[in-house]
Amino acid sequence: MADQDRIENDQPLLVADSLSKSYGRIAACRDVSFALYPGEVLAIVGESGSGKSTLLQLLSGQLAPSGGQVSYRMRDGVTRDLATLGEAERRFLFRTDWGFVHQDPAQGLRMAVSAGANVGERLMAVGWNHYGRIRDTASDWLTRVEIDVARIDDAPRTYSGGMRQRLQIARNLVTEPRLVFMDEPTGGLDVSVQARLLDLLRNLVAELHLAVVIVTHDLAVARLLSHRVMVMKGGRVIETGLTDQVLDDPREPYTQLLVSSILPP
Amino acid sequence: MNAPAYNFAYLDEQTKRMIRRAILKAISIPGYQVPFASREMPMPYGWGTGGVQVTAAILGPQDVLKVIDQGSDDTTNAISIRKFFAKTAGVATTTATEEATVIQTRHRIPETGLHENQVLVYQVPIPEPLRFLEPRETETRRMHALAEYGLMHVKLYEDIARFGHIATAYAYPVKVNARYVMDPSPTPKFDNPKMDNCPALQLFGAGREKRIYAIPPYTQVVSLDFEDHPFEPYRFNAPCALCAAENSYLDEVVTDDKGGRMFVCSDTDYCEGRQAAGHHGSLSAAPYKERAQGESNG
Repeated sequence: MADQDRIENDQPLLVADSLSKSYGRIAACRDVSFALYPGEVLAIVGESGSGKSTLLQLLSGQLAPSGGQVSYRMRDGVTRDLATLGEAERRFLFRTDWGFVHQDPAQGLRMAVSAGANVGERLMAVGWNHYGRIRDTASDWLTRVEIDVARIDDAPRTYSGGMRQRLQIARNLVTEPRLVFMDEPTGGLDVSVQARLLDLLRNLVAELHLAVVIVTHDLAVARLLSHRVMVMKGGRVIETGLTDQVLDDPREPYTQLLVSSILPP
Repeated sequence: MNAPAYNFAYLDEQTKRMIRRAILKAISIPGYQVPFASREMPMPYGWGTGGVQVTAAILGPQDVLKVIDQGSDDTTNAISIRKFFAKTAGVATTTATEEATVIQTRHRIPETGLHENQVLVYQVPIPEPLRFLEPRETETRRMHALAEYGLMHVKLYEDIARFGHIATAYAYPVKVNARYVMDPSPTPKFDNPKMDNCPALQLFGAGREKRIYAIPPYTQVVSLDFEDHPFEPYRFNAPCALCAAENSYLDEVVTDDKGGRMFVCSDTDYCEGRQAAGHHGSLSAAPYKERAQGESNG
């Protein structure tokens, strides 16, 4: 069993191989390669327009790359190229083994249906057919993301921004995915709410042994959550390494600029 | 009387062929919504333009047509459509369920069991069961194609969370032939079990939305539910006030402004048949048609 676990963790979960994407003459993403291991948190940082979001969409199979490929090790242990997956398989992967946390919770939630149904939707999509069990699991997850269970029947449009974001996280984690993509999960939240959300995320990621690709322009988020950092500029990865190494001892001039532009506390 | 200005059953032959092709496709893929080039009919949308086109396409000179609206043979919609086909096709019409070969219906399935030589044509306002959960047509089609129906259960979940039971009372979603989730048109859920393994062919026409779908005879039709909240047909807990039927779907009729009400069968043909056979309920407020006529004459 321990051996099995070691093999599990020794092989990369997601591999990007010289990924490129151009929109006409604009190259949004150029020659990006990396491997992500189970339980590892990778932050992609860079300013607006550096290709972070395009890269995230390429990795999650929402955009087809102009060049290169993304492969993913499925639950059965077979590593497959995302481009060869059928649409049904890709969508199934997306609502079981993957999660996607949007910056704007309205994109990731159904604002008109109750919080319980929002969390339960993925379960029902994979064939859960017992109301009591779906509801229990939903309440359990609301507790885990620190939402009062009494609000389970309220629609997320009655929730505050921070609660919406936590609900979105619960909705994504309910099927116990192995990989979660996050696009600026703390964007638009005030500082104390951000801190609480980051704390929650850090605990969940460790507890569930999640692999995470997190896109952020906030270096503090990268420092708190991630093990590794990739710095992007003009569609290229210009620097990559362990988080503390990149943030405390940046090599590239651009990274130095990025790090020095944070106001000292 | 056959007015020569119209082709048999109003529509021209090419249109009927187009509709028949859609019907054949619908029958071969039970529950799948087939797009068709819906025509303008001499009636407003919402009055059964889809059902009328399907009926026109399948009607032959030997057919006997029955039209019901909310179970009743003598409401405006039912009478107009029956007259329409009597005029344009010259077919025989009836109100008796057993005698009819084609039954066009709005919002009900007759109480009397259907048989193999019958076709039931439904008028459908909104054919897409996922419409109010997912507004994008491109997305709902993809969900049907990939059989992703988790969302349908989200609606049922919401019902239970809000009301403690599945409160959807009509247009209750069904799964046809273990594949497609289908909207049975706004029939009460009381009628859902009648669709399952039905000997008659069931055709659904949506004129405004330009869709036709079908349930072939003897096809499995299952109402969606949860293991711990199983599907239950709903019926007012009362006998029919006119024919004392205990197992028919009832309409609630308000009789005065002091809270008085009566429950009567929504299927008028069934109710009249029972009364003619000697069953009588607690009230005789609505006198039997022919008796009323006899009295006024005498």
